[in-house]
Amino acid sequence: MSAFLLSRRRFLTAAGATVSSLPLAGCDALDGLIVNDSPVRRLLASANSLTYRAQRLLVPADRLAPEFAESEIRQAQRPNGSTDPGDATYLALKQDDFAGYRLHVSGLVERPLHLTLEELRNMPSRTQITRHDCVEGWSCIAKWSGVALSRVLDEARVKPEALYVVFHCFDSMPLGLAGSVAYYESIDMVDARHPQTILAYGLNDEVLPVANGAPLRVRVERQLGYKMAKYIRAIEITADLAPFGRGGGGYWEDLGYDWYAGI
Amino acid sequence: MTTAHDSESTASEAQPSPVISRHRLTTRLTHWGWAGALFFLFLSGLQIFNAHPVLYVGQQSGFAYDNSVLSISPVRERGGEVRGLTTVLGLSFDTTGVLGVSGPEKERAYRAFPAWLTVPSYQDLATGRVVHFFFAWILATVYAVWLVGSAINGHLRRDILPGLADIRALPAAFVAHLRFRFEHDGRYNSLQKLSYAIVLLVFFPLMIMTGLTMSPSMDAGWPWLVQLFGGRQTARTIHFVVMLLLLGFFAVHIAMVFAAGPINEMRSMITGRYSIRRSVDRGGRT
Repeated sequence: MSAFLLSRRRFLTAAGATVSSLPLAGCDALDGLIVNDSPVRRLLASANSLTYRAQRLLVPADRLAPEFAESEIRQAQRPNGSTDPGDATYLALKQDDFAGYRLHVSGLVERPLHLTLEELRNMPSRTQITRHDCVEGWSCIAKWSGVALSRVLDEARVKPEALYVVFHCFDSMPLGLAGSVAYYESIDMVDARHPQTILAYGLNDEVLPVANGAPLRVRVERQLGYKMAKYIRAIEITADLAPFGRGGGGYWEDLGYDWYAGI
Repeated sequence: MTTAHDSESTASEAQPSPVISRHRLTTRLTHWGWAGALFFLFLSGLQIFNAHPVLYVGQQSGFAYDNSVLSISPVRERGGEVRGLTTVLGLSFDTTGVLGVSGPEKERAYRAFPAWLTVPSYQDLATGRVVHFFFAWILATVYAVWLVGSAINGHLRRDILPGLADIRALPAAFVAHLRFRFEHDGRYNSLQKLSYAIVLLVFFPLMIMTGLTMSPSMDAGWPWLVQLFGGRQTARTIHFVVMLLLLGFFAVHIAMVFAAGPINEMRSMITGRYSIRRSVDRGGRT
């Protein structure tokens, strides 16, 4: 009996000590180690290249993201990030219902393009009901219509050395203390050529609203929302992401988010 | 009964405590491997949760309708005071100080989980994700090593998978544990086998699979994943619930280590050597 009492007393003391030390596990001790550009951060972030390679290996290039029935569209597509760009060029175009809009396609192409919305709408279109997954954790199902990016790339005749497609956007995002920078994003040629990767001009059977990226946004259905640039001004084909922004391959990437957002 | 101490000391004087080799190297290495990985996965997971502290059931998150099952948020009351409100299946609890609203009175932080439960301590989804996915790879790798290793060396069949005899012994083992009576013959008892089997063969795979289901790319590659769990948001909810279950296991696990003799137990998981002295005494008494 006393053995039992002893072990219970010891247990309760030890348990109390454990519980009271839990807040010490609080993690500001680690904060300094994992800030951007520290060696530990670079090591941890290298797992993203592993994820990228593993998923490219496991998921065939043309494998489609799940598509849904009309009945599963139960709400308006939730807008996030910029929802109403105030940039002068954008406002001028918006005032005219984007009649003066041109999508510039340049970089590693044989034939640079300057496409009007009319020209884009006259190309073969694709409509898909897909799930939008935000990096924050939420999902929203909506119907997207647009032209396959691969179709535009074919028209521009992409050079063989091309590795990435960069999207330059009209909307500015905060950067640093008071500065701002234009949103940009990039994807590899596998996702750029994927059948569901479209330059969308329609949402839920309507013209793409400003809050969701009018006049043109990209859908990259096997990655998270931040890859799907809104308010696209120009597309640039490149073999190197270093010259853009801080070299991370996108606005959020430059702030520490993973470039590959398939997870 | 009253002379348990005496008999213990005489027993140890009379004969040296038998020390057995209890845990193999793979068991010990993988144990500490996933203990470390789970520590960081837990804290970075709560950081990720904080970016959108609502859990739903189904494919998507209801904004125009309600399919939420849990939410943690700061709510401003009429008096102007902000309180932390945690809502589980429609039931709301005031969790000010820990969930929803936390930190020192003077500079309250409006966040689901408090700073001392997240990595990093401040709100930083990008870093939370970087940490989470690094340790997710560690956990998956260590788990694969353990699974293959344990299948080959017999650990899985001998020590983990409960047999018919273990199922029969469960009620008695349950009662014995409630009375703080533990067997110390170096082998897992039926309750241990069952709990390790559930953690290692149900919770771990469930955690990895629901984690993968949240990946839009894996949903394209392995569409059966999202079908199995009934939607990405359901998978996210299950991921969270299994986290809580693992936390519960951890609490009991640590309690049992202390109750069964922390030094002997820790030694066995570090060096593999385990003293079975006490069981000899017990055997004598009963």
